[in-house]
Amino acid sequence: MKKTVLAGVAALLAATALTSASALADDIKQGGSMIVTYKDDVSTLDPAIGYDWQNWSMIKSLFDGLMDYEPGTTNLMKDLAEDYTISDDGTVFTFKLREGVKFHNGREMTAEDVKYSLDRVTNPATQSPGAGFFGSIKGYDAVAAGDATSLEGVTVVDPYTVKIELSRPDATFLHVMAINFSSIVPKEAVEEWGADFGKHPVGTGAFSLDEWTLGQRLVFKRNEDYWRAGVPKLDEITFEVGQEPVVALLRLQRGEADIPGDGIPPAKFLEVTKDPQYKDLIIEGGQLHTGYVTMNVKMPPFDKLEVRKAVNMAINKDRVVRIINGRAVPANQPLPPSMPGYDDEYTGYPYDPEAAKALLAEAGFPDGFETELYVYNTDPNPRIAQSIQADLAAIGIKADIKALAQANVIAAGGEPDQAPMIWSGGMAWIADFPDPSNFYGPILGCAGAVKGGWNWSWYCNEELDKQATAADSMTDPAQKAEREEAWRKIFISVMDDAAWAPVFHEQRFTMRSERLGGPDAIFVDPVHIPVNYDYVWAKDVQ
Amino acid sequence: MGGYILRRVVQSVLILIGITFLTFVLLYLIPADPARQIAGRSATAQTVENIREQLGLNLPFYQQYFRYLTGLLQGDLGRSYLQKTEVGALIWSRLPATLLLMVGAIVCELVIGLTMGLVAALRRNTATDTSLMVLSFVGVSSPQFVIGILLLYVFSVQLGWFPIGGYGTFMHMVLPSLTLGFLGAGWYSRMMRSSMIDVLRQDFIRTARAKGLKRWQVLFGHALPNALLPIVAMIGIDIGLFMSGIVVVESVFGWPGIGQLAWQAIQRVDIPIIMGVTLVSAFAIVAGNFLADLIAPLIDPRIKLR
Repeated sequence: MKKTVLAGVAALLAATALTSASALADDIKQGGSMIVTYKDDVSTLDPAIGYDWQNWSMIKSLFDGLMDYEPGTTNLMKDLAEDYTISDDGTVFTFKLREGVKFHNGREMTAEDVKYSLDRVTNPATQSPGAGFFGSIKGYDAVAAGDATSLEGVTVVDPYTVKIELSRPDATFLHVMAINFSSIVPKEAVEEWGADFGKHPVGTGAFSLDEWTLGQRLVFKRNEDYWRAGVPKLDEITFEVGQEPVVALLRLQRGEADIPGDGIPPAKFLEVTKDPQYKDLIIEGGQLHTGYVTMNVKMPPFDKLEVRKAVNMAINKDRVVRIINGRAVPANQPLPPSMPGYDDEYTGYPYDPEAAKALLAEAGFPDGFETELYVYNTDPNPRIAQSIQADLAAIGIKADIKALAQANVIAAGGEPDQAPMIWSGGMAWIADFPDPSNFYGPILGCAGAVKGGWNWSWYCNEELDKQATAADSMTDPAQKAEREEAWRKIFISVMDDAAWAPVFHEQRFTMRSERLGGPDAIFVDPVHIPVNYDYVWAKDVQ
Repeated sequence: MGGYILRRVVQSVLILIGITFLTFVLLYLIPADPARQIAGRSATAQTVENIREQLGLNLPFYQQYFRYLTGLLQGDLGRSYLQKTEVGALIWSRLPATLLLMVGAIVCELVIGLTMGLVAALRRNTATDTSLMVLSFVGVSSPQFVIGILLLYVFSVQLGWFPIGGYGTFMHMVLPSLTLGFLGAGWYSRMMRSSMIDVLRQDFIRTARAKGLKRWQVLFGHALPNALLPIVAMIGIDIGLFMSGIVVVESVFGWPGIGQLAWQAIQRVDIPIIMGVTLVSAFAIVAGNFLADLIAPLIDPRIKLR
């Protein structure tokens, strides 16, 4: 139900965006301010470094990339690129830049800045956690190895044109140009501040950083010269940090804050969501997330397909969802529902302990077996693991729970012979960009089934890898549907092999104060996580 | 006297070096790989290796420790892995808030503790005395997060007298200072009570009474100054108590001091910050004790330093 409502909002947004790029912008007056609260201090606002869900959307408000997404949706749109062309073989992208776009320091942004920004993010000295996303650009390997400081494939054609050559066709490349790591930064500001650029960010974004008092607050001010007319709506955003989620909620209820950035705290969730007073202020949205149980196909008895299928049929997913107060929807496949390529018709393995038992007997384990279930030791993950443990016990599998620190679970998953089963909660996997390929390579492909990798099932199907490469070579936008279909087939094949037992997709719940306006979708934006700040408006200035 | 101070300074430095070694060993043994933490989940093995090399994390333990100590001697506390800032700058920016909170707490514990102790001593063995001492017992034994949350709930949420956490005005300061000072107030009331009872038994009090002084003159002119002596010397030691309390109190009230910094760093295993805050707190405790020892003979000439 909620899903359809959301899809409707998304479609509506897409439609308005089509008829008039600024339909949203025209009727809403700019002005006003809001207060967003967070528990932790913001780590960095350097787009090459920032990689947590707290600074993700802040960086998007301060910086722009060549591409972005329509507000509240996963549909790509042009941002600093006024237009682009893709060569027929899908390896040359030529971007025409918008003219007259100014950095917060007043200088005009040009093609040189695009080249500089890409060289910087891929340079090992920058220590960017996102450097790997640029692997398809020609010359990436030389830069990553430290043999070059400039990407061979990126050339400045004229001040407003930049050409990017790839070493292989990459259908996800426009998404790569939309992630924070490819934001355009001005060289002079980066060099002035050095490692502290993240505390003194200068971009072309809708807001600029006005004040940052460590441990207390950050203030964003509207960029008066922003190139997109009518954006952003607010004059000022204050981020107050150091506030526990429960306190943040109380302050919101008393009208002292507008958005609790960390969401509704689990302890208060039922109380708040059941209160009719807040019904219209709570917004639910999908997340590009899947929680799953991996089964290491290299460790017997999980090398047997029947055993993996039996586990899939043994887990009572509805009960797991109840354990977390319904903050998720049950999953039947690796892809989350809001991801292109999700198969609406696929129903997955049914919950059927009897059939599961029969499968175990068929595999030669009529009395079950003993194994281990690794889990990250923070709530609610151990409770979820206990529920799964009980389900497995019902079909005769005695799973010992190993609750460890996050780093230890990740390390165990990265060894070929250590963790037979892992519950992924709190560790993996939320998509970096809304494209199905991001849910395959690192966690289900052969490339991830290496020591220290994230493919904890150690599932490596070369035939599927070939199909994945083929799908990612379909760079022609006209092939979009065909490509989605290819991915859909790949993920259903993964389920036929039962490499995972998908359990649920987490939903996000945000609350906003009465005085904030804007479409619900931007408060649970799938890409500008957690909130698309640029499009929130204040009711008191209308 | 000079010899004593020199000896104590040397001792203090040795203690601090010992603390750096212990914390470094403990944090070195934690199975969290900082390079992987910085690199994030999308990083290639090559990126992780690069970072490890740039940070010197592939060096043997003693070399890493030596690097840390060398930096420390130059006033460099290192750079936070997750906050991406100099640890020194982070601590420095949060120090004023913590000091302010401590001043508030000292005022609270003295005013509450001494008053309670004084009243209890004067009403010795009455119902007032007993209930005050029960209250002080509660103060000493209650966990600070319980008191903090209770005060927050009653006075901010229900009554709305104070803001719900935060920093900035005098009103913001009241509840956290009370919470932090309540523990000390418990101690002080007990010390004040017994110290006052002792003093009131002394001969000079009887003499003062005998020469015809009024009751309040005896109490505030003669008894109180003498009863306070052993207590004032305790304030230095309090700083140590506060250092353990601020982590909890600052987190409950959203107070932007170094306690909150430590709590956030511990949750995310940000080792340089944990090291930095531990060192600064250790320094404060050592310095506090040292000062208390130095002040004692100034207040009470009977105490001699050797």
